[in-house]
Amino acid sequence: MLEVIFYGIIYGSIISLGAIGLTLVFGILRFANFFHGDLMAGGAYIAFFLITGPLAWIGLPGEPFGTTSFSIRMIIAFPVALILVAGLSVLIDRIVYKRLRQKGTSSILKAIAALGISFIIRMLIYIIWGPDQIKYFAGARRIAIHLPFQIKVRPDELIIIIIVTVLVTSLHLFLRYSRMGKAMRATADNMDLARISGINTERIIIWTWGIGGALAAAAGILYGINVALNPEMGWSFLLPLFAATILGSIGNMYGALAGGLIIGIAQQVSTLFLKPTYKPAVAFVILILILLFRPQGIFGGKQS
Amino acid sequence: MIDLQGLLSYFTHFAIMAGIYSIFCLGLNIHWGYTGLFNIGIAGFFCIGAYTSALITIPPPTGVYANYVTQVFALNLPFPFGVLGAALVCGIIAFLIGIPTLRLREDYLAIATIGIAETIRLIFHNESWIANGVRGISGIPQPLSSLVDPRNYNFIYLGIVILIMITVYILIERGIRSPWGRVLRAIREDEESASMLGKNIFAFKMQSLIFGAIVMGIGGALFAHYNKSIAPDTFTPLYGTFIIWVMLIVGGSGNSKGAILGGFVIYGLWVLPEFITRYLPVALQSRAPYIRFLIIGIVLELILRYRPRGLMGEEKHVSRLLK
Amino acid sequence: MDNRNIILKAENITVGYGEKDILHGASMEVRKNEIVAIIGPNGAGKSTLLKTIFGLLKPSRGTIFLEHENITGLSPDAIARKGISYVPQVDNIFPSLTVKENLEMGGFIRKEQTAERISEIFRLFPVLEEKKHQRAKELSGGQRQMVAMGRALMLDPDILMLDEPSAGLAPKFVSMIFEKICEINAKGVSIILVEQNAREALTMAHTGYIFVTGKNVLHGIGKELLENPEIGQLYLGG
Repeated sequence: MLEVIFYGIIYGSIISLGAIGLTLVFGILRFANFFHGDLMAGGAYIAFFLITGPLAWIGLPGEPFGTTSFSIRMIIAFPVALILVAGLSVLIDRIVYKRLRQKGTSSILKAIAALGISFIIRMLIYIIWGPDQIKYFAGARRIAIHLPFQIKVRPDELIIIIIVTVLVTSLHLFLRYSRMGKAMRATADNMDLARISGINTERIIIWTWGIGGALAAAAGILYGINVALNPEMGWSFLLPLFAATILGSIGNMYGALAGGLIIGIAQQVSTLFLKPTYKPAVAFVILILILLFRPQGIFGGKQS
Repeated sequence: MIDLQGLLSYFTHFAIMAGIYSIFCLGLNIHWGYTGLFNIGIAGFFCIGAYTSALITIPPPTGVYANYVTQVFALNLPFPFGVLGAALVCGIIAFLIGIPTLRLREDYLAIATIGIAETIRLIFHNESWIANGVRGISGIPQPLSSLVDPRNYNFIYLGIVILIMITVYILIERGIRSPWGRVLRAIREDEESASMLGKNIFAFKMQSLIFGAIVMGIGGALFAHYNKSIAPDTFTPLYGTFIIWVMLIVGGSGNSKGAILGGFVIYGLWVLPEFITRYLPVALQSRAPYIRFLIIGIVLELILRYRPRGLMGEEKHVSRLLK
Repeated sequence: MDNRNIILKAENITVGYGEKDILHGASMEVRKNEIVAIIGPNGAGKSTLLKTIFGLLKPSRGTIFLEHENITGLSPDAIARKGISYVPQVDNIFPSLTVKENLEMGGFIRKEQTAERISEIFRLFPVLEEKKHQRAKELSGGQRQMVAMGRALMLDPDILMLDEPSAGLAPKFVSMIFEKICEINAKGVSIILVEQNAREALTMAHTGYIFVTGKNVLHGIGKELLENPEIGQLYLGG
């Protein structure tokens, strides 16, 4: 049981990264971003491309360190993929959403546009990399470290938890103390008042997309390291992401963090008595329960 | 030489599929176009409708075949019972789904319907006692198939599809021009003032959800009997939901004629590249379906950007209840 | 009346939401250092005028001058940079930000001397200093109004526009808020005040405007308007 919970935390921390980005975008732009999961997949595949493409051509070694999956190529590809997906998110905003905002399009049509973009990204992944599952490193890296309480952990899993912790802490510090971070929170709170205060909200929106995209890419790559890459991974993350976001109250980063962990643990624990293929349905059932009994989420938050 | 016979049979196939999709589109138009219900779980009703009709009409497996097939029942009833059963079951499922979700914000409803469609697919996938699991059901009977040569059967089926499509269209048009339909549109425009007029919003939304789901169930049944075999993976979000949304938005939501037009146009756009992708390099040919979906996705973005009201726009209805 | 020192002038403004016009050719002037009160019944377009001046609504006709510069149609952040601050009637704070963060956001576009200006605001509203690390949504109605005004003052504006600052406040806060408005004005800030509390507003104001159905029907010196028996009957409740 403890072991299952531990795996749930690892899986959940990946959901949390995605959900934090989703909740930031949802909080400021006020529509359900159905392509957030596909940004995760996009990040994972871009990292794969960098590792097998440019970074291999320039002759960097692909051999991982010790018993981890991290090679020098991965260490470089990781931040580069984050930046590229951040750029991609901003680009999508400039091409699609800026115009929809100016026209005062309803949040539902924005969500439908997001659904369209989600399929476009997924189809591009299918076209470029094909439908089959891909691994960053073919070799089996299953050598486990033994922790107390009979928990066996792979070095990769420890690294994943460390990376998530570092990313979440930096985001926390950014939002809490930096001028731009505070302006982001202010804009999420009350966009009209932010504009009245002279804050350039278009710039805040760009930052929000960028951060959301980068976190999504990180989540996708970490999932790829832990499990594998496949074109449907973005879609399969959609329900867990939204469940975590709504559970943690929309716009609340800390809520999304907790929500992701809860959903991850619940999905992992469910495998003790359900087929693992039902995992998305577990996230869905939790989602329905929240919507029924506490639609504003467990972290209060605003209802709008 | 143009193969006239081949061309004709191809167009019949095209018209049948586009007609079936138009029926889904009409159903979605009740939800979204007339009531503003944000349902992205069409695939769920599609799936339930198809399976229900299949299980009602299929004969029980016999001989060696029986060892390989598990299903909850096989009633061997005529086609109309299958369609009615599909409509009924979809209506009931819609009712059950509506209870927890219809009071929610629109985007929450959307997320909930995605979840429902995925869960339905997972259930058919995993619970093989219901309908043979991943392998699905085959040998679904076709109505009136003993009347004609199998080669010409599709003409009959096209007739059935068109007949049902027109019936559904007339029923929707009647409904939407009635006082009931005006309340639906009032709810879509402004839920608050509609409720201030003393209308029970929840009840009206529920009726709309059920009505649309029934139409989708009929579409699912028609698909099952045309395709003769179904499996859970047919009802993916792409094939079962997304393309139908694009059809409605392209055609013009809030307009039944637009829904049918969108069904045909987008289905055309969906199959047209089949001719082109044949000439792609072999490496890309296996990925042609993805290219086609990519095109559909781009069309959606272009329509939303440049012509958000669709090709036909919303039909103006006389005398608004409000305003 | 004296025409010198006019710093803000709205001329013949026609504006509305969608197809429906709220203001039909309304005009107003603000002189340096004065308090202008706009009163009138609900729906007369008082708040709409403030929103239009601040660039939140685009007028279909009419012009707005700030010190002879035409600012009609500029975006709110451009107008904020030109020294006008606006406190909406509702949703005028950042609820999940702390009091101090609310003030910092008010001064977002004036990066220098933020700390000095915050302590100036705390001198004006001492209670806010005690609560500076509390989230704004946890404060009382009166304290929120102080946060809202403090946020607007962080821009160091020449003109402060207040939309019904006393609405929904307990009586002791109402008089306190009006005192603070006079105090702010004494520091050289011109004030445009939209009020339901017409009597108090006109008592304090140098100039008063009375709006009815989208037009300014009367204007004059605040106290004179108060003494005008006709106005008293119609708009001040006898």
